[in-house]
Amino acid sequence: MPRTVRDVVFVDGVRTPFGKAGPKGMYAGTRADDLVIRCIRELLRRHPELPGERVDEVALAATTQIGDQGLTLGRVASLLAGLPKSVPGYSIDRMCAGAMTAVTTVAGGIAMGALDVAIAGGVEHMGRHPMGEGVDPNPRIIAEKLVDPSALVMGQTAENLHDRFPELTRERSDAFALGSQQKYAKAMADGKIQADLVTVATRSQELGWGLASADEPPRPNTTLDDLANLKTPFRPHGRITAGNAAGLNDGATASIIAAEDTATELGLPIGMRLVGYAFTGVEPEVMGYGPVPSTEKALRRSGLSIDDIGLFELNEAFAVQVLAFLDHFGIADDDSRVNPWGGAIAIGHPLASSGVRLMTQLSRHFAERPDVRYGLTAMCIGIGMGGTVIWENPNYTGAAA
Amino acid sequence: MTAFAEVVTKALVRYVSVPGLDGDVALITLENGHDHTRPSTFGPEGLASLDSALDAIEARSPGVRAIAVTGKPFIFAVGADIQGMPLITERGQALELGRLGHRVFARLKNASVPTFAFVNGAAMGGGLEIALHCQYRTLSAGAAALALPECFLGLVPGWGGTQLLPNLIGADKAVTVIIENALNQNKMLKAKDAFALGIADALFEPADFIETSLAWAAGVLRGDIAVTRPEIDRGQGWDAAIARGRAIADGKLHGAAPAPYKALELIELARTASFAEGTAAEDETLADLVMTDELRAGLYSFDLVQKRAKRPVGVPDKSLARPVTKVGVVGAGLMASQLALLFARRLQVPVVLTDLDQDRLDKGVGYAHGEIDKLAAKKRIGTDEANRLKALISGSLTKDAFADADFVIEAVFENLAVKQKVFAEVEAVVSAECILATNTSSLSITDMASRLAHPERVVGFHFFNPVAILPLLEIVRAEQTDDATLATAFAVGKQLKKSCVLVKDAPAFVVNRLLTRFLGEVTRAIDEGTDFTEADKALDPLGLPMSPLLLLQLVGPAVALHVSETLHESFPDRFYVSENMRKLVESGKTAFYTWDTGSPVIDTEIAALYGPREGGPSGDEVRERAVAALAQEVRLMLDEGVVAEPQDIDLCMLLGAGWPFHLGGITPYLDRTGVAEKVTGQRFLPRGIASVA
Repeated sequence: MPRTVRDVVFVDGVRTPFGKAGPKGMYAGTRADDLVIRCIRELLRRHPELPGERVDEVALAATTQIGDQGLTLGRVASLLAGLPKSVPGYSIDRMCAGAMTAVTTVAGGIAMGALDVAIAGGVEHMGRHPMGEGVDPNPRIIAEKLVDPSALVMGQTAENLHDRFPELTRERSDAFALGSQQKYAKAMADGKIQADLVTVATRSQELGWGLASADEPPRPNTTLDDLANLKTPFRPHGRITAGNAAGLNDGATASIIAAEDTATELGLPIGMRLVGYAFTGVEPEVMGYGPVPSTEKALRRSGLSIDDIGLFELNEAFAVQVLAFLDHFGIADDDSRVNPWGGAIAIGHPLASSGVRLMTQLSRHFAERPDVRYGLTAMCIGIGMGGTVIWENPNYTGAAA
Repeated sequence: MTAFAEVVTKALVRYVSVPGLDGDVALITLENGHDHTRPSTFGPEGLASLDSALDAIEARSPGVRAIAVTGKPFIFAVGADIQGMPLITERGQALELGRLGHRVFARLKNASVPTFAFVNGAAMGGGLEIALHCQYRTLSAGAAALALPECFLGLVPGWGGTQLLPNLIGADKAVTVIIENALNQNKMLKAKDAFALGIADALFEPADFIETSLAWAAGVLRGDIAVTRPEIDRGQGWDAAIARGRAIADGKLHGAAPAPYKALELIELARTASFAEGTAAEDETLADLVMTDELRAGLYSFDLVQKRAKRPVGVPDKSLARPVTKVGVVGAGLMASQLALLFARRLQVPVVLTDLDQDRLDKGVGYAHGEIDKLAAKKRIGTDEANRLKALISGSLTKDAFADADFVIEAVFENLAVKQKVFAEVEAVVSAECILATNTSSLSITDMASRLAHPERVVGFHFFNPVAILPLLEIVRAEQTDDATLATAFAVGKQLKKSCVLVKDAPAFVVNRLLTRFLGEVTRAIDEGTDFTEADKALDPLGLPMSPLLLLQLVGPAVALHVSETLHESFPDRFYVSENMRKLVESGKTAFYTWDTGSPVIDTEIAALYGPREGGPSGDEVRERAVAALAQEVRLMLDEGVVAEPQDIDLCMLLGAGWPFHLGGITPYLDRTGVAEKVTGQRFLPRGIASVA
């Protein structure tokens, strides 16, 4: 039987407000699975044109797949979200790019005709599951000097990146971080972020029920002075601070990914059309450099150049790794095409969930920007990888908005 | 009031911002600091916490857009803390408790901003009344139960329920909730049924109930969502509802307990009275009822079935219990088949029925399989489960099939020699530790065990018919029964989901002995010439679930006669054997009443059999005799050590005979009427345990 590759589209995405990890965080008493279940339910509520039984797969990412992030989360969350029992699901892990990988994996399935519609997303409750919980690194990593021991501590890999590119100074990082906070604050004030969010009921026995309806991490009033005075926890007199890096966060995302023909059949809106994607590995001790080769590869395979990209949603795990990317492609630190509504430094980065946040945000930009044809989402990935997904704007007319 | 430790339900307040709404909503969580196994209740301190939470919300600047009340996970709130109620000694204290609840709850009704209840879980009594005070209600489809159970205990919904509910959903539906359900073994509403009755304005799935409820509230506040409620029939419909409620109460109680009648008066009042008048009347009624012995007996009964039934007294440690992985049932009659079904369903282990006759065996196994098919047809179990259960129940013509059984129960003909023979045959096949249980209702278990090599493994396991429904299991310790056997018996009883009471090996144990003694007085009176109906109605003032003659019909005259004969052999002075009953059994008749005319009429053939009605005691005399007989028999049973305490007698009568809460089983009634002291010279329970101190 002849096989036709089908176009894959990003229909819509939502996320929980992101919280600060830890006992004082707003999700301290909330289960991780409940966060992502809430996202799935809200997506289905927003899209009644998608019958539950038409969902062919639920792919959910979590970095630490134990406890309430374990038990084949994609399957269990699907059941708990109220999808029909006939809908299968699985869990996925590519560290920070978990949700991004969930999207590209189901996209592959759609393109080759195995699926029509999938839900892809991720969750990371870093309060309940601190990074590195339960890991058991192979002793050969040290014995055979396969990987620099600093590779397992993300802050140290970011310091390493500063070492590799001395022109990336702490001052540039702090300035970029300040920009992220300010862009996010303006976007909030302009009502750009709210549509992405689903409320989450939170509870503690001491405080009773509450409602998470806004991100907890942003510091809209921070200044360069404030940032300059922060400690560098990963190295004495280092460059990485809590201010120029994403924090430790709790949150979840989910998206509907569909074949374009199926979306049309069901009347699902088309937020973005998938152009191509790539993942690549880099030395684990400078994992933040990953998006550079992954973007080169994705562009090459898509037959595009960096100049074709009109909007960038780059995950801000660390300001320095975004700056390394921008320098490589000759883009200014404050280029308006980059993270126009702020990034993870302001919003937070609940590891495996973030990829879909980037996509949801890019799709919202696309809706407002018929002048932009292509955009990309990219992120660095622990253990030395980068991931890039290039998207086409279905609203593109060539005319300015 | 003596001090007791109130588990305080705190009203925790958080101010939440809801998308699409300017200004915050004050979200109150009712939380008692325990998990769902200890539901939130309201005592004076809990009410004070809600009161001060509302103070704080009122004082807040800027003001809130709305106030919403919800509960901890799975529980909204389940009403007044009744643990404190038995300690109330003055009417004024009861009046104050009612007034305090009314004053605090009314703040939700009269708040300056809209109020919402998000009923996220079980809501009963005062818990449901809090929700009724709010102007809007959402309900979680996962809420386990909703009810106004006050009349079941002997109270009325006294924190606004009788006034708010009929005006919200109409008097007829309110009668269903307040009277009919409460008197129907405290039936609870499922969420969807409560929603259908109109108790809530919206029904949402449990997964994101709070989020959805807040979004809905925001819609109501913005005016995007209009809440409509049906017009209430305040004319004939209201009259008819009250009449229906009265008929239900009469049918169950014959006026024997005041609470439902008082509730109906309050519902009637709610048709025209202002809320202030209505709630003031609730206060007075509540205070009156709290000071009745009927209520105190109700609270005592509730405590027995909630606590003592789950933790039987005098039972060996459960660590001694042995596992039961296969069950044998000797016999294949109706009782044996019912037992096989119960054991298979609850223990989920193979159950083998044995009988000497293949036809009887086929019929017995067929009955059990047929019942399983019925459960599957009603969707109570799935087809996989039905297949599993049917595969578990099999029949055998020889007792060899018991070889690897851990528990064998006999349900053969009530004859000592027959049962001794059966046990000997079973013992020849089974291990030395296999429990041998008997479902005898009247024979001596010690005698039954006496010829066995291992008499210590024999235990009585006395169920009540219908086995699947009646919750009581009398577990009988014979003289040689050892602790491991008893512990295993109680463990099995618990797995069977029965309420087990430990009783001594004494004739007919507890329930049958008391019922037989009591029925004996009625049949004696009829033999002496009292009119059938007069004798049968003589006990109506107790509000028993069934009149004596209907009970005889249900048990079957032949069985009743047999038990009375057995007890007469043991206690000839006290247990009466009716010669007329003997004739009746010989005639093959099984029912005193015929319903040919649509209402019960004494069967003319039976009337002819019994002869002319003259010279017998009056109805009042019949009642006095029957009640005195009960007092005498209970005292003797306690003196003989049949059970440990009067509480065990009462628990047996509540669960095995279905005797009502307002009697407290039986001993509180015998105490409060003075019959106990008159007949036996002493009370059964000290004042204050099941009566006003």
